[in-house]
Amino acid sequence: MIYFDKVSKIYSPTSVALDEVSFNIEPKEFVSIVGHSGSGKTTLLKLLLAEERPTSGKVFFESIDVHETPRDELPFIRRRIGSIFQDFRLLPAKTAYENIAFAMEAAEASEEDIRRDVPQSLELVGLTDKFWHFPNELSGGEKQRVAIARAFVNRPDVILADEPTGNLDPINSREIVELLKKINELGTTVVLATHNNDVVNSLERRVITLEKGKIIRDDKKGRYII
Amino acid sequence: MMKVNFKRVFKNGAVNFWRNIWVSLAATLVMVLALFMVGSLIFSNLILTSALARIEDQVDISVYFSSDVTEEEISSAKSALQQLTQIKSISYVSRDEALEKFRARHAANALITQSLEELGENPLQASLNITAKNSDQYEVIARFLDGGAYSSIIDKINYFQNQTVIERLASVLTAARAVGLGGTIVLAMIAMLVVFNTIRLAIYTSRDEISVMRLVGASRRYVRGPFLVEGALYGFFSAAATMILFYPVTIWLGPLAERFFGGPNLFDYYISNFFQFFLILAFAGVILGVVSSSIAVRRYLKI
Repeated sequence: MIYFDKVSKIYSPTSVALDEVSFNIEPKEFVSIVGHSGSGKTTLLKLLLAEERPTSGKVFFESIDVHETPRDELPFIRRRIGSIFQDFRLLPAKTAYENIAFAMEAAEASEEDIRRDVPQSLELVGLTDKFWHFPNELSGGEKQRVAIARAFVNRPDVILADEPTGNLDPINSREIVELLKKINELGTTVVLATHNNDVVNSLERRVITLEKGKIIRDDKKGRYII
Repeated sequence: MMKVNFKRVFKNGAVNFWRNIWVSLAATLVMVLALFMVGSLIFSNLILTSALARIEDQVDISVYFSSDVTEEEISSAKSALQQLTQIKSISYVSRDEALEKFRARHAANALITQSLEELGENPLQASLNITAKNSDQYEVIARFLDGGAYSSIIDKINYFQNQTVIERLASVLTAARAVGLGGTIVLAMIAMLVVFNTIRLAIYTSRDEISVMRLVGASRRYVRGPFLVEGALYGFFSAAATMILFYPVTIWLGPLAERFFGGPNLFDYYISNFFQFFLILAFAGVILGVVSSSIAVRRYLKI
């Protein structure tokens, strides 16, 4: 469902983020993309969201060439992709509930759907008692769970997680990964970019290893080996 | 779906307006300045136009005929003049009428009435008072009379005596209008730049929200909408504030301007055209706000 075809991203001759990367992700897969900082993990996710354009090559989401899509249709692709970040990116002036409702409103959901889905989504991540808390009243792990609820609430086909455990302790990290596994079991494709070897090793799923912008390993049941 | 979106966009715009109340206030105040300029332009234009019209109305040509000219000759000159398309009206004042008017005007002055008695005969001349449709046509009319077949029976044409004064006055008023318009445009443009920057500041404070919106797949219309609503609100509130501001200003300036220019009272004009005036200001303000917002938000919508 996601297909990278010889994708290169060259910021400048001395800074090559991706170098002719090709791979394919099947529906309902759980793929970890690992590598050192600067190996091109984040660029890869940005290319899929069309936040950046590739220097050469094509990125397909299902049969759609993401970078050939008219600007006005990009939102419809993005609504099918949920994103999670290391720094959570919650809106500080909105409560947990409002942060999630905001994502649904932006995706043009009806008021009914919002009233029904937001509590469900918060329930999924186990935060039913924190509806009306603002982000600064939540712990790091809780913030990331709100972010996951926000990414999941529009029922995307894919969830992209960029270092979701980067700011969290091992216990919270494990909880976040368990949540991602649960979401994956519900039928959502998950792409996890990380350099946390414990997380990757505990998953026992497909691992794509990047180094200096190239894929050096792609294992069905991989481990974190660099 | 469209309706739900519109409601949300409007609500978000209004909420942003209140959440950033200080930024909103700043933008509104600056816009009040711009709209005040627009309003002042309307008022000053009104005063100057009416003053010009008044002066132009006071311009006329009086043609005085020699005392021995008969009424038939005068009326033939009059009918010849009536053929001219430039002429608005001609009135004939006979010698007797002129004398009567003269007497009436100076009834209180014993010396003048006495000297008239002593003179025995009527010293005044018959005349035609001519007003033209347009002030710059007097020259043509004067030339027609001066050089034409009637020059022999005409004693004097008094247009040439007032000509320079009238022309100078008219050019002063025209220049005043041009200067006023130019100054207003410059000041309005400065105000527009400040409004534009203020709105950019407001948008800058919500850039996180914009990036999250983009991320979750909000359409560009949906991202842009609230800012346009905010811009429109600035415009609307500025128009209302400007209207309130004009109330004391016109009360104070109205009689002054009336005395000086002899035009209509500004306050009466303000009251009787209240809604029309408000609509013009609100329209100008909303356009200014929406255009500034849409330019300012554009760079955040690139991706």
